[in-house]
Amino acid sequence: MALLENGGAVPAGPLTKADRDAYARRLRNRSLAVAGGSTAAVLIAIVVLVPLAPGWEAVRRSFFSGEVFVETFPTLLRAFMLDVAIFLWCAPAIAVVGLAIALCRDVRNPALYPLRLFGALYTDIFRGIPVILVVYLVGFGIPGLGLPRPWNSPYIWGSLALILTYSAYVAEIFRSGIESVHQSQRNAALSLGLSDRDTMRYVVLPQAIRRVVPANMNMLIALQKDVALLSFIGPVEIFRQAGVYKSLLANFTPYVVAACIFLAITIPATRYADYLMARQARERS
Amino acid sequence: MATLDLIGVSKSFGATQVCRGIDLSVKDGEMVCLIGASGSGKSTLLRCINLLEPIDEGQILLDGEDISRPDLDPQGVRRRIGIVFQSFNLFPHMTAAENVMLGPRRVYRRSRADLLPDITVLFERFGLADRMYHYPDQLSGGQQQRVAIVRALAMRPEIMLFDEITSALDPELVGEVLDVLRQLRAEGMTMVLATHEMSFAREAADRVAFLHDGRVLEEGPPAQLFETPRHERTRAFLSRLARA
Ligand SMILES: Nc1ncnc2c1ncn2[C@@H]1O[C@H](COP(=O)(O)OP(=O)(O)OP(=O)(O)O)[C@@H](O)[C@H]1O
Ligand SMILES: [Mg+2]
Repeated sequence: MALLENGGAVPAGPLTKADRDAYARRLRNRSLAVAGGSTAAVLIAIVVLVPLAPGWEAVRRSFFSGEVFVETFPTLLRAFMLDVAIFLWCAPAIAVVGLAIALCRDVRNPALYPLRLFGALYTDIFRGIPVILVVYLVGFGIPGLGLPRPWNSPYIWGSLALILTYSAYVAEIFRSGIESVHQSQRNAALSLGLSDRDTMRYVVLPQAIRRVVPANMNMLIALQKDVALLSFIGPVEIFRQAGVYKSLLANFTPYVVAACIFLAITIPATRYADYLMARQARERS
Repeated sequence: MATLDLIGVSKSFGATQVCRGIDLSVKDGEMVCLIGASGSGKSTLLRCINLLEPIDEGQILLDGEDISRPDLDPQGVRRRIGIVFQSFNLFPHMTAAENVMLGPRRVYRRSRADLLPDITVLFERFGLADRMYHYPDQLSGGQQQRVAIVRALAMRPEIMLFDEITSALDPELVGEVLDVLRQLRAEGMTMVLATHEMSFAREAADRVAFLHDGRVLEEGPPAQLFETPRHERTRAFLSRLARA
């Protein structure tokens, strides 16, 4: 029989638990050493090779200037709070509208058929238009009607554009959750004499909503980034503020700062969504 | 309690005709077992009685009233008929107690506080008193199935339908669920059971009906049907089971 050599030799004859543990430990240390070594090699290559590129010095000065970084960071962080605020009022509205649209598409009552049609049209339209276009159309179009203050605020209409687009996606997510609840659950509820409405509200929806939490987390992460699109219609949020600095200082570092600030939020959120997703996959298997 | 009469019930799914005129009477307080090969339509028949499936032809009389009329409100009928499924179908996001209270809360508009004494009695009666606040995934199969029975009973149904409720259980858990059925029978509940547990049917049923080819081919007291089946097909079915 061929022997594995990865973990070194083991004593001949019957093995004790200590022998087996020691072998497993050697195997683990070896993997760690290999992973660490290869990562270090790649990092060293980047650190050593990239600066050898002819344009490196210019790029370093205009994108990675430590001075500009320190100077612009506090203001950009403050501007980012505006992104966070917009995010915070859009997210609940998106959840409510998305759920309402998902339920519209599920109504069976013929008198409410228009709602069904509306739900289908809504999701088709707003999933079919790029977000930036909706932001432009709603954000410039509606204030263009000459509404009085505060109804001409780009915050309101820009937020509405995000809500319209994102609730179309979120509605589809909720709907897939509703459909993933097995028919036998509905039947069990109906057989107790529950109405269709109560069946949806107490049996189907609670299970559906739980199942789509990870998918909705991913939508929230995307939304947090797309808030920056509102900069095109006025609000001086982080992206716009970075642009102001770029012109002022003739330096691109503020954009890198903005990217870092976004990453500080989105990386943990993405990890958390992945964790939820993995946990759910485990629970269901 | 109530009587149930099926008269010429027919049901097809597309081109497959599952019931071709089923006649069956269940008297007040009686336990009737439906037996028959897999695919003979036992589950379908029970689902039709509970109005989870509409029938094509015939009548389903509950206490003499035709409940299969399409102009009848199915909710009012379903609360009078309890059904328990092979796969339990408990609501996984609710505790056992919440599972049991949902129906009476929503349908009879009773509060949790008002329901609690009643359902506690039910849980105690079926040996589940210490499981009330467990979630379904914290219960054994046998416990889940007993909670499902309690859930149906909490609606105070006039008749109970059971669809192979022990088929998904490990053998050592079957007994505790069958005990519940014996208990209900002793209390005079009207019951219709689809089952593969022939020894239980023989021991506990008042009558056994053999379903074949979409009809009740033969029915009678268990002693008669199992010992001296009149029909060749019944005999073949029973001897196939005996060999298995
Ligand atoms: N929703 C459905 N759509 C189409 N065909 C169906 C449907 N439900 C049941 N059938 C068919 O009806 C027939 C009877 O099925 P049913 O489940 O009632 O049999 P059964 O006697 O309960 O069988 P088993 O002992 O395996 O539970 C089968 O041929 C099945 O394929
Ligand atoms: Mg069946």
